[in-house]
This record gives sequence, structure tokens and C-alpha cells, in this order.
Amino acid sequence: MSAVLDPHGHAHGHGHGHGHDEAHEHPHGWRRWVFATNHKDIGTLYLLFAFTMLIIGGILALCIRLELFQPGLQFFNPELFNSFTTMHGLIMVFGAIMPAFVGFANWMIPLQIGASDMAFARMNNFSFWLMVPAAIMLVAGFFMPGGAPAAGWTLYAPLTLQMGPSMDAGIFAMHILGASSIMGSINIVVTILNMRAPGMTLMKMPMFAWTWLITAYLLIAVMPVLAGAITMTLTDRHFGTSFFNPAGGGDPVMYQHVFWFFGHPEVYIMILPAFGIVSQIVPAFARKPLFGYSSMVYATASIAILSFIVWAHHMYTTGMPVTGQLFFMYATMLISVPTGVKVFNWLATMWKGSMTFETPMLWAVGFIFVFTLGGFTGLICSMAPIDINLQDTYYVVAHFHYVLVAGSLFALFAGVYYWGPKWSGVMYSEARGKFHFWGSLITFNVTFFPMHFLGLAGMPRRYADYPMQFADFNALASVGAFGFGLMQVYFFLFVVVPMMRGKGEPAPQRPWEGAEGLEWEVPSPAPFHTFEEPPKLNGAATKIVA
Amino acid sequence: METKSTLWRRASRFGLTAAASLTATAALAVENLPGGPAVRQLDFQPAVTKIAENQAWLHYVMLIICSVICVAVFGVMFYSIIKHRKSKGHKPANFHESVAVEVAWTIIPFIIVIGMGAMATKTVVAMKDTTNADLTIKATGYQWKWGYDYLNGEGAGIKFLSTLDTAQRNLSDAGTPQGVDYLLKVDHPLVVPVDRKVRIITTANDVIHAWMIPAFGVKQDAIPGFVRDTWFRAEKVGDYYGQCAELCGKEHAYMPIHVKVLSQADYAAWTQEELKKAAAAADDPNKEWKLDELIARGEKVYAANCQACHQPNGKGAGPILPLDGSKIVTSDNHAEQINVVLHGRNAMPPWKQLSDTELAAVITFTKNAWSNKTGQLVQPAEIVAARK
Repeated sequence: MSAVLDPHGHAHGHGHGHGHDEAHEHPHGWRRWVFATNHKDIGTLYLLFAFTMLIIGGILALCIRLELFQPGLQFFNPELFNSFTTMHGLIMVFGAIMPAFVGFANWMIPLQIGASDMAFARMNNFSFWLMVPAAIMLVAGFFMPGGAPAAGWTLYAPLTLQMGPSMDAGIFAMHILGASSIMGSINIVVTILNMRAPGMTLMKMPMFAWTWLITAYLLIAVMPVLAGAITMTLTDRHFGTSFFNPAGGGDPVMYQHVFWFFGHPEVYIMILPAFGIVSQIVPAFARKPLFGYSSMVYATASIAILSFIVWAHHMYTTGMPVTGQLFFMYATMLISVPTGVKVFNWLATMWKGSMTFETPMLWAVGFIFVFTLGGFTGLICSMAPIDINLQDTYYVVAHFHYVLVAGSLFALFAGVYYWGPKWSGVMYSEARGKFHFWGSLITFNVTFFPMHFLGLAGMPRRYADYPMQFADFNALASVGAFGFGLMQVYFFLFVVVPMMRGKGEPAPQRPWEGAEGLEWEVPSPAPFHTFEEPPKLNGAATKIVA
Repeated sequence: METKSTLWRRASRFGLTAAASLTATAALAVENLPGGPAVRQLDFQPAVTKIAENQAWLHYVMLIICSVICVAVFGVMFYSIIKHRKSKGHKPANFHESVAVEVAWTIIPFIIVIGMGAMATKTVVAMKDTTNADLTIKATGYQWKWGYDYLNGEGAGIKFLSTLDTAQRNLSDAGTPQGVDYLLKVDHPLVVPVDRKVRIITTANDVIHAWMIPAFGVKQDAIPGFVRDTWFRAEKVGDYYGQCAELCGKEHAYMPIHVKVLSQADYAAWTQEELKKAAAAADDPNKEWKLDELIARGEKVYAANCQACHQPNGKGAGPILPLDGSKIVTSDNHAEQINVVLHGRNAMPPWKQLSDTELAAVITFTKNAWSNKTGQLVQPAEIVAARK
């Protein structure tokens, strides 16, 4: 019986007569989800929530591309357009990508380390259900007087001081989302450090658990910084302080320093778990152990540490002293070294393997290729003299979508195809998965590759209208964006829905020949309760020995 | 080349057909704008300063290094993908560690990136060196226009505001863009001499803006309450265009920058002309105006500053409040309207940068335009009093 949907059928109207594989002490129906304390149920909730937000954020993105299809204002006024760009960013970062990775963490970390559940099951429930009102409050900004926040997802002061009441709602929503993230992170850290099965030493832990452990520390370190920045914005707005308000002697650039001290580690928060997922998938389909496991761990930790000392590369044009620009330029370039190590390790894992290319592997290889292109444009942007021209242009938009869409999102898709059979108990259709991959890969590049050219030519971002010379590439990007959007609808209707309804070939316990790890030691779908007794592990901590 | 361009034309035509507005297709044909963007431009705009040349050179070097690494690394990956397949009967090897290899692919990239940084260092230092300027101009960002004050050097004392051409703003709203300089045409371009080091001091009145000219390789945030600077030395006479690069609110896309680079003789003549005009046009804030004079003056001020938000019909749009029929506008007590215009309120920015006469004129205009036939007159002296 699928652990994804209510096994008792009344909520979603199905019942295939499978045996009930769990005890009956937990609530059923809607109570099962509202009072959920089971890591698998909460993982499912996180994933569904993230997908919902992905669709909302995607609709906003398509509104942006619709307006930019041609020069001139055809559909939206510029203020509403600014709300779209702002809300698209906030929703995708805080509503889609981050919760999706937390969903993966909930589902997979206890299974991977042989724990019975997350350490704090009730806090786990609380940290999920905090997100729902926060997301509603954030999106409800569109219906407040003055419309949704329109100051960009970075919420730069003092523009935020001119926003309407939706800005306060947005700030409150971010506070709640931040609290939820901190709770989720504490839960993950404690689970990993305290609840590993005997024999599962830290340096035998699967890479996904490792990357999440490091990510969780990053989150705990920087979410309070964001909370501080937006709280100061709030008191500037309403309580007469002047942290960032120049009219009272405040410093708007200080906001940017504080924000990016959060914001730069944040981008690694969104990519490190993706590295973890890819590091699980590549060895499985190369049928060969991960190359340089310990160097992968050290590289991840180096990236996390370096991510704290590079924030001001987002601020070259604010007019830093020359030593400041040089320091941040060199430090930023250094991050490419451990990131390169990861890419080389994946290639070395593939080298002389015995590869097959089922959908998860396609997404993982697609991730490595396209993410690395985004890494190269990142290296180009890190060079201060070049960045002076590229800052706040479409080149930057192209760069961060290469690492966030082709990076984080592609890795999430890879993970869904890889672990989906374990969650749902059924195999997805390989043909549909491949169509989803190739369709997404092509439309993604049609959307975002032309943006490099727009940025080099000098088209600023967050523009509702643009000079006519930029028209053709914008039209092309818009066509690609609608294609990409359609591919994700296809994914939901033809991959996710059948999986959730249990339609498809029954999944074997270990659907992938080369896959290793404790999650493949339990049946598919994973029973409601797993590892209630700590399992006895083999020497490599990848198998249960009886 | 020709097949490439037909391909492009076909691709863009396909895109355009997808839109309902087929009629717009003809209007979209547009030429390159020298000193601004070119159609389907793939690279930086042609450099007219040493700094921009260096930036373009650095960018090419980076592109080449990155392309070589890309081809080498992904060459290996795709070779492996093709050769090391299970379907080809390839048996998996079992190696998973090599300290030598790990050290090599840490050290070599480290050396490469340090080399990259070293290449760029000289340009970073040169970009930041704003000393010994021949001419210093302050660029002030306003929501949503630029103000220029010539502080030092030839032409000191000249100042003016530079606003997007109102007709182009209206074309944007109508969704019928046209013209080679669409959204880049301003009423008063910034004028500078060729081959002179021009230092631009940036600041802002309300929120952060950014002053950029791609052809000069210059982009500098304009931060309210703070002063920053940048510089350029244009090597070619001509017109150069840029746009505000930092999100500054509703009209962010509508505050372009146009720099006219003149020969030194032409520049000298221009400064003489401007200083003479400025002396003649200075308004005496103590002058008593007649109603119709002030309304006529106010209509121009309104068109240049107010109608982008409040609309030509004074009815506003969305969050922008209407002026037509507004209680504040039609009130006998002028104090509140003067206060709002001077200091801003909510989404409305302050307008204290306009002269007393301009403010009196535009307030008088709004009190008498559309259905607001109040017959009231606000003299510049009232603004002078309110500023105190």
C-alpha cells in the first residue's frame, strides 16, 4: 500500500485491497495529515506543498514572460509586473525549492541512516504546518491595498519603505517561514547526529545525509540574519527607527550587506542537497562506488564555509573600496575550486562504470552539464570588472536560473524519479519520464540561453518594457518559458498523479540494480514504520545483515 | 551568415505569430541604435573607453578559458557516457579513490582562478581611480528621472533634469512601441566633452537607482543619503545610452540615461549657451502670476513629471490615486496639497527638487484641469513659505 496516499482510502477514494501494513494507532483521514508525526507523511506534505508553490511561482513567471513577449505594455501595469518578479522570486526560493529539499530530507534521511523517524516528530509537524499560513499570507499580498510587495525578492531598502501593507504581511510570512526552516534544520541535525543505526558512522553516511547535515547548519546560521534584516525593515516602516532609512541617517547599503550575508549561504542551502541527490544517483547508475567520498564531504564543507565570506560580490556596483572589491572577487573565485572537485568526482564515478540511463540518471547528467554552465557564468560574474557591466542585467538572471532551475530543480526531479518508486510502490513510466526530461532540458535552454545575450547587450532585469532591439530574444525566451511550464504540468498529470494513485508496475524493493543504501533494504512502498528496531549493518553500512 | 539571419527571422516570426497581435509584427522591425543596443546583439556594446575595452578583453579571455575547460571536462563525460555503457557490455571498474588525482584537480583549478583574479586586478584598481578628473558632474536619481549638476570644470553651474520622452512613455502604455531609440530618448541628454576624464558622483533623492552606460563600462548605484563616484573618458564623439539598473519602483524601466559626447569646441559652445539660457530662464519666485499663464506652465510640468502615474486624464490607475475630483486638490486650503507634493506620501515620491514656480504652476494646473474648475491660484510665494 502506498505510503503517499491515505491507505484507508476515504480521503482520495481508492482501495486496492492491499494489506494494511501499519498499526492502527495513528489517526486516519484528514487527521492523518493535520496531526502527522510520521516522517514519511510529513515528507509527502512538504513535497506536495512545494509543488503547489512551484506551480504558483511558475504562473507568475509566465505572467512575466507574457508581458515581455513583445516590447510595450500589453497585459500588466509596471507596478503589478514588479509584484510578479518579486513574488516569483520569494515563492520559488522560500516556498518551492527549500521546502522540497526538506521534504526529501524528511522522507530519506531516517531511511538512509536507519532511524525510526525524525528526532522531534511533533516539532516536525509544527514546522510543516507553519508554512501553510505563511504561504497564504505571502500570496494574499496580491489582494491587499497597493498590491503585493514589488521591491524585488531581495527587498532592498529604502524601496521597501514605500510598499503598502502587503510588505508587512510578507515580512511576517518570512519570519514564520524562517522559524519553520530553523526548526526543520534542528530536527535534521539532531536526527543525523543522534539517531544513526549502530555502525553507520559519519564517514559511512550517504552523501545526501551529509549534504543536508551541512545545509542544516548553514540554515541555522543565516535564517536569523534574514529575520534581523527584515525586522529592521519593519521597525523602519512603522516604529520610527532609521536602520536603513537615509532620511533619518540610516544606511541602505547596510541592508544589502546584512541581506547578502544571509543570501549567499542561502544559494548554497538550495544547491548542497541537490549535490547530495546527484551523488546518490550517479554511482547507482554507473554501478560503481562514488569516487572520492571523503573529498566530496570536505568539498561540501569548504563550500559552506567559503559561502560566508563572499556575500559582497552581489554588491560590486554599490561602490565598495578597491580592496573590498578585490577581496570579494578572489574569495568568490575560490568557491569554484571545491565546486569543481565535486564535478570531477562525479565524472570519475561515471568513468569506466557500466552505465544505464534511466530517467533519474538522465536528470542527474543533465544537472551536471547545465549546472556547470551556470557555474562558468558565475565565474565570469565573479570578476568585478566584467560584473560591473553584467550586474542587474539579464545575464545575472540567466546565470542564477542555470544554477537554480537546472541545478536545484533538475536534481529534485532526479530525486523524485529515483526515490519515487520507494515512496509510492509503483514504477513511473520510463517513456514519460524521458519525455519530461528532454522536453524540460530543451525548453529550459530556449528560455534562459538567450538571456545571456540580452544581458551582455545591456538589458536591465526587472523591466516591464524594453528597447525594441531586445525584442527577438525576449520573444524566444517567452516561447521557451511556456514550453517549460507545459512540461511541468505534463509531469504532474502523467507522472506524479499516476504514482500517487498507485497506477503502474509494482516497484521492486531495489528497483535500481546499482543502488546502494538502507532505503533499498525496506520494501517498496516503504512501510509506514521502518527501522523500529535499530538494524544490524554490514561493514560498509549499506546493507542490513540478519 | 545569410542562412543564419533567415533562421533567426523565421524563429522570431514563429514567436510573433504565436501572439494574437499579428499587426504589431510590422511595427517591430527596428534598426541598431549606435551607442545603444543592436538588434539581436550577442556581445557587449562596442567599447568607447579604455575600461570598457579591458572589460571586453577580460570577458573574451574568460569565455575562452571556460570554453576550453568545458570542452575538456564534458568531452571526458560524453566519451564515458558513450563508451562505458552497460548496453555495450562494459563491466564496471571498482576504483573509488586516488589522492594524487584529488590533489591535482584541487591545485590546478586553484592556480587557474588565482590567475584569473590577477588578470582582473589592474582593471579593478583603474576603475576605482576617480582622481584628477577634468570635469565633475553629480547625477542624482529621482523617482523617475535623472538630475545632473555640473560641479567642477568647464560648464560648472549648469544643472538640469533628464526625463524620458513623454511620447515614448505613452507608446509603452498603449502597447505600440516604435522608434530606434524607444525608451532611451530623453528631453535633456547629459553632455560631456570627448577625451576628458569625467567623474560622475552619484546620489539619489528617494530610493536606490543605478547609473549605467554599457558602452563606457560604467555602472554605479546612486544611493540616497550617500555619495559614490565613478569615471569615464569617452574616446569617440557620439550618443551613448543606458538605463537605470537598480529596481527603483513602478517606473524603473522608464528612466534612461543619454550621454552626448561632443568635441571639445562644441562642448565649450554648448556650455556658453546653457549658462546664458539658465540666466535668462531663472524664475523669480516673488513674481505674481496670472491664472492662465500659470496653468499653461503647469500643464508642461504635469506632462513631464506627473502624468506617468496620474495619467493625462488625472484619474490615476491602480494604486495611484486620482487627482480629478480629489478633495485634497480641490480644497480651498492649499496647505495639504503643497505638503503632499513637496514631501510625498505613501507611493508618491517627494517633488521638492522642482522649482517654486514649477510647483506653484503644477498645483494651479491640477486645481483647474479636468473637472476641477476651482479657479484657484497658487503663487510661487506660497511654496517658498511652505518650504520653510
